[in-house]
Amino acid sequence: MNDEIVINPITRIEGHAKVTILLGKDESVKEARFQVTDFRGFEKFCEKRPFYEMPSITSRSCGICPVSHLLASAKACDEIVAVNIPRTATLLRRLMHMGQIIQSHALNLFHLSFPDLLLGMDADPAKRNIFGLLESYPDLARQGIRLRKFGQEIIEKLAAKRIHSSDWIVPGGVKWPLTKEKADYLLANLPEALDLTLKTISMFKDQLQNLDEEVQNFGNFPSYYMGLVTESGGLEHYDGKIRMVDPDGKIVADQLDPTKYFEYIGEADEPWSYMKFPYYKPLGYPEGAYRVGPLARLNISSHCGTPLADEELREFKKLGKNGVVQSSFHYHYARLVEILFCIERAKEILEDPEVLSENVGAKAFVNRSEGVGVAEAPRGTLIHHYKVDKEGITTWVNMIIATEHNNNAFNKAVTQVAKKYIKAKQLSEGLLNRVEAVVRAFDPCLSCATHALGSMALDAQLFDSEGNLIDRIIH
Amino acid sequence: METAGKINLATMWLSGCSGCHMSFLDQDELLIDLARKIQLVYSPLADIKNFPENVTVTLVEGAVNNEEQLDLLKKARNRTKIMISLGDCAVTGNVTALRNAWRDSDKAVLRRAYLETADFHPQIPNDIPKLLKKAYALHEIVKVDYFIPGCPPSAGLINYVLTELLCGRTPNMENRSKYG
Repeated sequence: MNDEIVINPITRIEGHAKVTILLGKDESVKEARFQVTDFRGFEKFCEKRPFYEMPSITSRSCGICPVSHLLASAKACDEIVAVNIPRTATLLRRLMHMGQIIQSHALNLFHLSFPDLLLGMDADPAKRNIFGLLESYPDLARQGIRLRKFGQEIIEKLAAKRIHSSDWIVPGGVKWPLTKEKADYLLANLPEALDLTLKTISMFKDQLQNLDEEVQNFGNFPSYYMGLVTESGGLEHYDGKIRMVDPDGKIVADQLDPTKYFEYIGEADEPWSYMKFPYYKPLGYPEGAYRVGPLARLNISSHCGTPLADEELREFKKLGKNGVVQSSFHYHYARLVEILFCIERAKEILEDPEVLSENVGAKAFVNRSEGVGVAEAPRGTLIHHYKVDKEGITTWVNMIIATEHNNNAFNKAVTQVAKKYIKAKQLSEGLLNRVEAVVRAFDPCLSCATHALGSMALDAQLFDSEGNLIDRIIH
Repeated sequence: METAGKINLATMWLSGCSGCHMSFLDQDELLIDLARKIQLVYSPLADIKNFPENVTVTLVEGAVNNEEQLDLLKKARNRTKIMISLGDCAVTGNVTALRNAWRDSDKAVLRRAYLETADFHPQIPNDIPKLLKKAYALHEIVKVDYFIPGCPPSAGLINYVLTELLCGRTPNMENRSKYG
């Protein structure tokens, strides 16, 4: 007997997914599944192509975080050509990444999640979006648009194109240097972005008092956490080594070589989702499930390394035990801390004496048959792994995408929310929206994750264990 | 759904990367003006789950990749006055259609991802929409009224096309549109 409620599609997320809630005999929620419903097949169609095309093709995994794909891919290609890229190229790639994290996090918060938090989980679904926010909170919505724009402009000034800027990031470095005029433009706009961020953090913390129920129930459970850290254990998005922390905040593995990911990360399949289930090999599947992304990065990092973000990180860590915050709701707060960090770091990079140097690229051809590139995408650890023949034609491609690592956590989180809010016999759109809202907190990027659904109506049907329809919502 | 003086706009994404929708959002402050002229009646950026009747303009990102998308696209076409292919995946298939070069591409891509690279429970998912034999550009399936190529099309170009249509004019794409 399959008694289930289906929410399809989940809206205000990136990509195609649905949630199926399975009910037990007593009509209580037994389990909920987060199902990814589309698939494009990058790992196959990237085979038999020249390796230098990889940044350009693989960045098309995702229009929200194409820069992370460009970086992970270019780093894998740097390994294949076996060069250490010039310091200025590293600075510029990092700067571009800061821009991307700012715009991606701003998008999740203002355009996708704040409609729930500010208009209300039960608000009219026709209004519960960025345009509704523009009507009810015009100043705040404009702030979000401006902040996202600042991030996108960093990318545009560097690479001449905001999305899929694959002309600029190339194996060996970047294609052209940053001009003083463009650096000055970004520096001139930076104080406004910083001010908007501080205002938003303060608004968010005020709102938190009214959101205690969400904090307690939105994916609030212990898990392992994984991500890159600097040599001293600080927040890192571009280079660094892998750290794994247990639910009590104890470091169980540290400074692991990210290019040897296959030694400690395994991938499992389930028949009901196009998204795979990564796990920490020493613990096995599914016990070795862990979380990645902004929340995980702050949980594993001892410090950020910039003054305002460090101050905010101390506040953040107070919300958990041993500095580990378990509630997935706080992905939102973690995103804000990271935006702050990225703006401060962008300023440091723009003021670096070498940032305008014209030595930005090393040229070389195939010197190794294999390359792995790893970066922290906005949503977590992103891995590109290529094998090539002597001519540099790819023979094998594997990508582990940030969102995939959280797959187990999504299922736990939607189950927790469904159990809390969905009482059999009666459904309401607002209750189902809470199930979607917890998914939004993770900010999944499913085009990426399934190396990419169509939508059907939200047709939530509730059956009793005899199979009789007891409630139904269509909209 | 029709709100006084506003035009009903829908946006949808089929199989793509969401980059065209991001470029739509890259209109930045122009979105504030746009909000005064349109009513967003269906979109991944909004919460209406069923494609409504009487839509004036629908922007479609992505290629047609699975059975569910095929049905949705046909439904949207029947309920839309002006349907626009937004971006290279909708216009040509682009990256989504790279798989078409492989024999039995639907099977080949699934085998590669779920059988050959999984360490545990290797199996091809089955309880989800079935992939089509190949990925299709939009106009291979339904009638398309306008094409906005680009990967993604720039925010400026999207804004131009919408502005022209909202004023009742026909957009002139000469010297404006480009692929990639």
